[in-house]
This record gives sequence, structure tokens and C-alpha cells, in this order.
Amino acid sequence: MFDFCTDPDTLGTFQWFACYLTTGKHMGMYWSVLTVLVLLAITAPAALLFGFFGARAARSRILPLSWLGKGYIAITRGVPDIAFFMFFVIALDQMFEYARHKIKCPDWTEPVRQGNDFIVCTQAKLPLGNSPQWVHETYGFFLAVLTFAIVFGAFTANVLYGAMRAVPRAQMETAEAYGMSRRQAFWRVLVPQMWVYAIPGLGNLWMILIKATPLLFLLGVEDIVYWAKDLGETKHARFTDYPHGDWRIWYFLALLVFYLAFTWVSEKFIARLTRRLSHGQATLGGDAQRKATA
Amino acid sequence: MKKLILTTAALALSAGMALAGSHGQTVRLGTEGAYAPWNFINDKGEVDGFERELGDELCKRAELTCEWVTNEWDSIIPNLVSGNYDVIIAGMSITDEREEVIDFTQAYTPPDPSIYISLDEGLDVEKAVIAAQSTTIQAAFIAEKGWQLIEFATAEETVAAVRNGEADAVLADEAYLKPFEGQDGLVVLERTEMIGGGVGLGLRESDTELKEKLNAAIQSMKDDGSLNELIVKWEVASTW
Repeated sequence: MFDFCTDPDTLGTFQWFACYLTTGKHMGMYWSVLTVLVLLAITAPAALLFGFFGARAARSRILPLSWLGKGYIAITRGVPDIAFFMFFVIALDQMFEYARHKIKCPDWTEPVRQGNDFIVCTQAKLPLGNSPQWVHETYGFFLAVLTFAIVFGAFTANVLYGAMRAVPRAQMETAEAYGMSRRQAFWRVLVPQMWVYAIPGLGNLWMILIKATPLLFLLGVEDIVYWAKDLGETKHARFTDYPHGDWRIWYFLALLVFYLAFTWVSEKFIARLTRRLSHGQATLGGDAQRKATA
Repeated sequence: MKKLILTTAALALSAGMALAGSHGQTVRLGTEGAYAPWNFINDKGEVDGFERELGDELCKRAELTCEWVTNEWDSIIPNLVSGNYDVIIAGMSITDEREEVIDFTQAYTPPDPSIYISLDEGLDVEKAVIAAQSTTIQAAFIAEKGWQLIEFATAEETVAAVRNGEADAVLADEAYLKPFEGQDGLVVLERTEMIGGGVGLGLRESDTELKEKLNAAIQSMKDDGSLNELIVKWEVASTW
């Protein structure tokens, strides 16, 4: 990074750290922070979408649809995250590959499962065996987002399901009295009002989602915790220009600060959002706001 | 929800088609990246070590294009079997247990004794608490002997466990433990254990063609002595 980094053994403490903290490997760690942030930025809205449809399905008057929604919520919430991540990603991947295999190699006669191996024709591999590393990484990232969205979507669905039921019945009755259809009442009265009831639950989920990102490494995406562990490990002078002992504690301390700062900012944001959403609502918070201004 | 999955599947499908047929066979090499000198991540953030050089040379001789991937040790076999990469090159000893799930090429390092490292020179390992990396031959060995074993996901954690007194000694490959000797009073015990059948490349059982190619490449490196040179350079094992 810097010109003086050519011979780290001769450097003073400050320059040594300046060089050490800017090695390619550390850059990998800084990138992984970005990866995690991008993952959160995509996953959160995706999970909200999954949750919204899940809750709508669970509330549906069509019985099979309602079963589907409730089944999705119950099953996904009941399975441990780590088991879900181990199983689901491999299953998703194999499902995609199997679909492509059926389409692209219709005259393939050998079985797809041979003992322990899962084999599809080379054209059906996802990503293709000869595609560059970044395609593999993007694909892994995409699988991660999808899995996170499905898992957290189920929790979100449950929160939203409860929130939809928490909107006072009188509000819906009024909407019906005005002659609104079910659809209109849902979109114009229920949805705008349900958020204030959903926010505490959604806030919790967001916090858990932030902290769940280390599960990413199970999917082969190198996240912050992976790098912290790797960078902190003992480095012998033979294998690096920057030998050091077991520094994992310092790296994990940095992680702790990072996560605390992140969740602290999130909490502030959620508190502001709650205040905004309580405005004019028939809840304790909304009532307190009304009295304060009156 | 269904629509989302369908569209994403369609997207993935078309993206795959666009990329198809650009160049020849690429073989993905999976390694752990946390077991110096066998394999580790260097300062630049790239895979380095004995197996990096070996893998690159083997690919050259077998005329394959190779890419390096890192994967956690615990899930390194499941991810090979499900096709996330094609070869395991991670200091993996050839054992009967693993042979049931995957195939191995011929060994590229001969069987070597594993050593103990401890803070106490006169330790009786049979009565002590021994740390080992999980799903390694060393962990299997201690479990089989019925001694007290603590397993850790990475090799680094096993050494840390001895430093902080959680375990009395670590059992691992000599090449990995040797550099720790002398640090914070760590000593190598005299007792060694002869376990494992040499280290080989792990492959899916169905990949016979690739196995033949790599076997031939390993043989040619053995024949012209370049494999021994690499072993000596990285001090990973005894020579052939």
C-alpha cells in the first residue's frame, strides 16, 4: 500500500501498523464489511416482501392458501437456522441444477444421484464449471440472500400477521360502513395502520438479522467474522511479512464495536420510526403525542 | 413468492446460457486456507503454501485451468460431493472412512508421524486432555484410544486451548505444529503417533477421468523429483 512497506521488519510501530492494516488480506476484510451491508440492504426488503405475502396468505379466506401461509410460517420458524442453512442452500442449488439438467440434457440416461454424488450434465451446472470466480461468488451471495429472505420472511410473516389482527376492528367496520370493498379496506385502512403494531417485532428481527450474518460463511461467502478469525490467527515469520501471535481477541473486539455501533444506530432509527408511526394512532404512544401537543 | 422464485430461476438460467461455451474445462480446487505450511491465506489475501504450488503445477501438467476456493474444514467433503468444487487439496490424509464417501488420488506426501505440542515436557498423553481439530485423523485416533479429547473447528483453536490451559497437549501434523515450538514455552513431546496413509487429493467418486489425469500428473512430479523439491521447500513432510 505505502512505499515504505517493502521491509516491514525495520519499521516503527506506527508505520508497521499502517502497513499491516492495509495488506491485501485486510482489504478483503474491509470488503467483507461492504458485503455484509449489501446483503442486509437486499435481504431486509426481500424478507419483508416474503413476510407480507406470507401473512396475507395465512389470513386468506381460501383454505389451501391459508394452509400454505401458515405451514410456511410454522415450518420455517420451527427449524434451527443453522440446519436450515445447511439443508436449504444445498437443496435450492440442486433444485436449480436439476431443473436446468432436465431442460438442457433431455437425453442424459445416467441417474442424477450416484451414491453420494449429485451429478448433472456439465451444461446444467450452476454456475458453469468454467465461469470465473466472481460468478461463483455472486451466485453464492444470491443463494444466501434468498435463504435469509425465506427464513426471516417467516418470522416477518408472523409479526405482520399479528399486526394485521391488532388494528382495531372499529377501523375496519368504519371502512366497510363507507362502502369500501375488502381489498380497498385492506390497502387503505389496515396496511397503513398495522405498521405501528409491527415495528417492535420487525425491529427485533432486524437486530437478529444483523447478527445472523456470520452464517454466511456456511454458504461460502467470506464475511467479517471469517476474516477476523483468519487474520487474528497466529502468523509465523516464514509465511508472512507481518508475524504476530494469537490476536483473535483484538479482531473480535473490533467486531464487537462494529456490531454494537451498528445496532445502536439501528435502535435510534427504529425509535424515530415508532414515534412517526404512532402519530394520530389509537395507541398509548399516539395518545401521549396528542396530549403533548394539546 | 412463487413468482419471485420463478423469475430468479429464469434469470439464473439465462445468465448461465450467456456464459456457456466461453472456454475449456475449469477445475475448482477447494482448500481450507488455515493450515500453514500446507495451505494458508497470504498477506495479499491469496491462497498460498505447499499445496498452492503443488496444485498449480499439477494443473499445468494435466493441462487444466484451475481456480482456488476456500471452504471451512468441517464442510469440505459435503461441499465437494454436492459439486461446489471439484478437488479437495487441503492436507487431507487418505483414510478408509473418507474413502467410503469420496475418492483419493495417489498420495503426494508419504505417511508421516503426528506430533504432540504441550507446555509440559514430561506429559503423559494417555492421562492428559488432548486437543485436535475435528474430523481429522488425529481426532479419530485419540477417540479410538479412548483418551480425553477436545475437538475444535480450526487448528489454531487447538493450540490456543493448550496456551490457556483448557487442554494439556495438541496432536497434529508435524509441519503445522513445528513453528509453534518455543512460543510461550510450548515444547514438542518425544512421543509421536504413526497415523494416516499419506495425503492425497480428494475427488468425487464419479470423477474417474479427472482422477486419472491428476494421478498421472502426481506420478510425473514424483518421477522427476520436483515433488520432493516442493516438500523440502515447504518442510511439510518427509520425501519420497
